[in-house]
Amino acid sequence: MVDSLSLKPEAAAPAPAPAVKRGRGRPQPSLRSRREAWAAHLFLVPWFIGLFLITIGPIVASFYLSFTDYSLLEEAKWVGLENYIKLFTEDPRFWTSLKVTAVYVVVSVPLQLAFALALALLLDRGLRGLSFYRSIYYLPSLLGGSVAIAILWRKIFGADGLVNAILAVFGIQGTSYVNNPDTALSTLILLHVWTFGAPMVIFLAGLRQIPSSYYEAASIDGAGTLQQFKSITLPLLTPIIFFNLVLEIIKSFQSFTQSFIVSNGTGGPTDSTLFYTLYLYTKGFKDYEMGYASALAWVLVVIIAALTGINFLASKYWVFYGDSK
Amino acid sequence: MATVSSRNPVLYRRRVTRGAKHLMLIGFGLVMLYPLLWMISSSLKPEELIFREPGLIPSEITFENYTQGWNALAHPFSYYLWNSALITILSVVGNLAACSLAAYSFARLNFPLKKLWFALMLGTIMLPLHVVIVPQYIMFSQLDMINTIWPLILPKFLAHDSFFIFLMVQFIRTLPRELDEAAAIDGAGYWRTFFRVILPLCTPALTTTAIFTFIWTWNDFFSQLLYLNNPDNFTVPVALRSFLDSSGESSWGPMFAMSIIALGPIFGFFLAGQKYLIRGMATTGLK
Repeated sequence: MVDSLSLKPEAAAPAPAPAVKRGRGRPQPSLRSRREAWAAHLFLVPWFIGLFLITIGPIVASFYLSFTDYSLLEEAKWVGLENYIKLFTEDPRFWTSLKVTAVYVVVSVPLQLAFALALALLLDRGLRGLSFYRSIYYLPSLLGGSVAIAILWRKIFGADGLVNAILAVFGIQGTSYVNNPDTALSTLILLHVWTFGAPMVIFLAGLRQIPSSYYEAASIDGAGTLQQFKSITLPLLTPIIFFNLVLEIIKSFQSFTQSFIVSNGTGGPTDSTLFYTLYLYTKGFKDYEMGYASALAWVLVVIIAALTGINFLASKYWVFYGDSK
Repeated sequence: MATVSSRNPVLYRRRVTRGAKHLMLIGFGLVMLYPLLWMISSSLKPEELIFREPGLIPSEITFENYTQGWNALAHPFSYYLWNSALITILSVVGNLAACSLAAYSFARLNFPLKKLWFALMLGTIMLPLHVVIVPQYIMFSQLDMINTIWPLILPKFLAHDSFFIFLMVQFIRTLPRELDEAAAIDGAGYWRTFFRVILPLCTPALTTTAIFTFIWTWNDFFSQLLYLNNPDNFTVPVALRSFLDSSGESSWGPMFAMSIIALGPIFGFFLAGQKYLIRGMATTGLK
């Protein structure tokens, strides 16, 4: 389990086909290995086409477009760094969207992971009905990204929504939470936390990999539950916490549907739910400023790459990879 | 039993804490599911009762919301369900075919620059969609494919979801190589080995891929919103969105009813394929 998280290609299966020497000169690859390579490429044809046509090609094109002014109707016009300069110096909505997204990620990801970990710990250890509970808690993460749930959310936190209906039972009169700039983002954060089931399932699988002999040994030595959690569970779980953290940060930075539906595509009220991707969508596909949208996309890539990099660097100080590393 | 445990204080205490734990888990589960249950119950209430009753049991049951919602848009809702189903099914087929081909090659065959290609494949898993979406849109609009299903399904047939390639590679690596060798001795070529030996053994990974592809495509909003602007091509998420747009803060009952229908297939797949979903999550997360 320990180093199973490293997504490195080293593990690629080596099946060395012995090179057969033919006549003089350099060793030629054998007929068999040439046939194998030929077959391998054939199997990869769809993927190769996809890689160049809809991944690498567009990456290059988007990088180029980010230095142009392009609206789909006219030729792209080279403008150098203008898009980037405008972004950073004259575009308050860019900064707003960045701030909104940052708050969303910084608040909702740790909260979500805390819930996931807490529930995973409660569900571990041969609890009866484990799979029943796991299903109940997992279900929201399958539904959470859908338009239907976003519509529901809008109504739960609307002026005459579920929350206020419950509060009314206690004689409290609430307002609309989705139309209030101070609370609108919190409702989206809550929606993200609601989907803690997916990381919880990963935590549960991780917990199962901790040998029970560790706990037996610890309890013989007189370690209490808390002590065991601090000295066994938590350290051995850090690679999984790290994995979930990296994954959820990348994912939540790209959230779109919730903000689009709850704010009806505007990012409102007063841009308080203007997610970065919603702003990018607005710029690129509503205003057709495709060069500008490409610049926005590249800033997003740099931010996500930087965050992931920082995460990996920081992981040296808190992620425990056991002695085998 | 009860007498034994009431006599034994340790057992008794353990029982009480276990009971308390279950109560807590059920209570929390109810809180988690309350919004969903409330939506279901609201969809069965007459419009004017929805927000007067926060409770779950409707005092009056009506299916009017369903009939009203079904016919609220330009086409009956079955039309959008069909559009969604078509895109989703083709996406599943595309992902299964293209990703398993690529995965077999990466997991079993040897070829020049394999490590480079494999690293590139892993790199694309984490690539934000937004960095390719603008040029992709331009490309598809130049090919006159806006408002068709092509921009949505073509990437699947080209193994664009490399996450699933990775999942299958991980799975194929766990299969014993002796199988391939035995097939080769029997005179099977790579294609036959893949098709007759590897693919049938991959059923769990293929099932996981199919279920995840189904759920993600069915839920997908961003690309469907982008590529489908004509109401004749709307899928369920885009149709729901336009429903919300056109009715503003009214007709919540019909909207809830259609939302539940939209969530239905996901719920069905969740019930049928839980095992694979959870195993898929756990193995890609851990292995």
